[in-house]
Amino acid sequence: MPVIDLAVTPKRDLNAALHALSADTNETHWTIANPEGQHAIAAGVDAPITIEIDGHAGYYCAGMNKQATIVVNGNVGVGVAENMMSGRVHVKGDASQAAGATAHGGLLVIDGNASARCGISMKGVDIVVKGSIGPMSAFMAQAGNLVVLGDAGEALGDSLYETRIFVRGSVKGLGADCIEKEMRPEHLEALRKLLAEAGCDAGVRPEDFRRYGSARQLYNFHVDNASAY
Amino acid sequence: MDNSHIPQTLPRYSATFDPHTLSEIRRAAATGIYDIRGGGAKRKLPHFDDLLFLGASVSRYPLEGYREKCSTDVWLGTRFAKKPLHLKIPITIAGMSFGALSGNAKEALGRGASLAGTSTTTGDGGMTPEERGQSQHLVYQYLPSRYGMNPDDLRKADAIEIVIGQGAKPGGGGMLLGQKISDRVAAMRTLPKGIDQRSACRHPDWTGPDDLEIKIEELREITDWEKPIYVKVGATRPYYDVALAVKSGADVVVLDGMQGGTAATQDVFIEHVGIPILSAIRPAVQALQDLGMHRKVQLIVSGGIRNGADVAKALALGADAVAIGTAALVALGDNDPHHEPEYQALGTTAGAYDDWHEGKDPAGITTQDPILAARLDPVAAGRRLANYLAVMTLEAQTIARACGKSHLHNLEPEDLVALTLEAAAMAKVPLAGTDWIPGQRY
Repeated sequence: MPVIDLAVTPKRDLNAALHALSADTNETHWTIANPEGQHAIAAGVDAPITIEIDGHAGYYCAGMNKQATIVVNGNVGVGVAENMMSGRVHVKGDASQAAGATAHGGLLVIDGNASARCGISMKGVDIVVKGSIGPMSAFMAQAGNLVVLGDAGEALGDSLYETRIFVRGSVKGLGADCIEKEMRPEHLEALRKLLAEAGCDAGVRPEDFRRYGSARQLYNFHVDNASAY
Repeated sequence: MDNSHIPQTLPRYSATFDPHTLSEIRRAAATGIYDIRGGGAKRKLPHFDDLLFLGASVSRYPLEGYREKCSTDVWLGTRFAKKPLHLKIPITIAGMSFGALSGNAKEALGRGASLAGTSTTTGDGGMTPEERGQSQHLVYQYLPSRYGMNPDDLRKADAIEIVIGQGAKPGGGGMLLGQKISDRVAAMRTLPKGIDQRSACRHPDWTGPDDLEIKIEELREITDWEKPIYVKVGATRPYYDVALAVKSGADVVVLDGMQGGTAATQDVFIEHVGIPILSAIRPAVQALQDLGMHRKVQLIVSGGIRNGADVAKALALGADAVAIGTAALVALGDNDPHHEPEYQALGTTAGAYDDWHEGKDPAGITTQDPILAARLDPVAAGRRLANYLAVMTLEAQTIARACGKSHLHNLEPEDLVALTLEAAAMAKVPLAGTDWIPGQRY
């Protein structure tokens, strides 16, 4: 149960120690104290461990995470879990812009709100935001699921590809080529599983969400779409 | 009345509405969509041909051309990286994606670069095993799209290049049309097969130099500060862009002029946005010098590098190395007259073929068609590239020795003069036969 105090230990040493862990390490639970908003905390971890960060983290916390479960008992800055490949990142507070940007896999759970560009260019990650998300979220999102229990800002899903977006609250506006789609039984089931995985299924009904996705009208160049280019 | 004896005035094309312009107007009217093509600027631009070296004479002492050493090696990434690159020659291979190029072409680039002791670079589509396997020094591009980006490949790379822009389309994102989004390309990019892929022009998780500094820190943390980190910009405002890249913590700045090629973008973008590499080098070097970082943060320049003279001139103006893309593809076999009947069938001719985005390349280089791609033997093509790199290096050494330099990096602006006022002003060297640098001396 290593406890790393970032008021004492340089972040570079912490990350190097985390990177040195093997898949069968016995040091499976790490606690990081006094993060004080430092950037790139626990970035690049590739081991089946749990890391708890007690406090607020800066930019790119848990960036490119693989396998690890990373819990932030606080808020996070820009790009939490950016390009995550697998594992789970749980933010107990709010997240700044570009949460889960370009992430390929794993699960990102944000208990609070997420700012603009949440899930931008996401490539397979599942993101569950218990609060609301800001504008331009899921911009050019390629794959995965974005679930929002609160509201979504302007230009949701602009130019998106195959990501599925589920919003329980209001949507201020849809971006280019993003449309509301029918919520079929398979979507309700997938959403039910995601909510359960995120630990927020109590009292939350999948039937209360609306589904948004790509109209696929911008997938190929066409003169009639010139205004969208 | 018989007018046959009256001399006829020859038909005269308008210089403004020339035949190419007229054909483009007709094409636009017929299709309603802009012209997309590959390559770099085709218009005539001030370039390295407008500079000449002043060989040694009475006032300067040359080196023996075949006996005295003229070194060519270069270190890249010495500022912060634990493992900087040490290349045998200062000519690198620019980023070109698997997707834009066939797997065989990427492998050939790796083979050729490795034989020559230099680096090659991935592109907007991730790292392939063929490329990594055949590349002694591989630079991994970190682009706005982040297609195929993953921490494992990041750690396999020898350097990381954060791409902010490229000379063919500064301010624009990548483009790969549906004909080239094959099953493998689609899987690597997490995209539906057959779509016209339009990459983002801005990075998704940072904006501006203050954020870039934090992004660079993250990449260093993930790779334990081992890898050199390059920042690549398209040439537009080189003084400020280079200064900000240095401020953000770059080890190396890559500066790409408008002659630099692209796999595909709008022709109007290629021809009308950005500046020639000749005009960009001196402001970039000035920024490094003003910050006390010249030779500490290395500068790689690209965009229209064709031969050893271009290499020598770029280095004399202050660059540490150059990168080649289009020329490397030609060395592999692109636009080879051997395929002329097939180029004719595509409505073009060898040397002018630039519809790389259509994936019908007879040379098997800019394609994902397995039958066409199989035409390129990566071993033989790699050998051709290595030969070409060797010739460029020998040519640059020939010039450097004539100027009395024992290392290519000892070339300097004082070794150069310009043939035109434009080149003199841009390169900040005197007009030949004078001591006049426009804007500096009278």
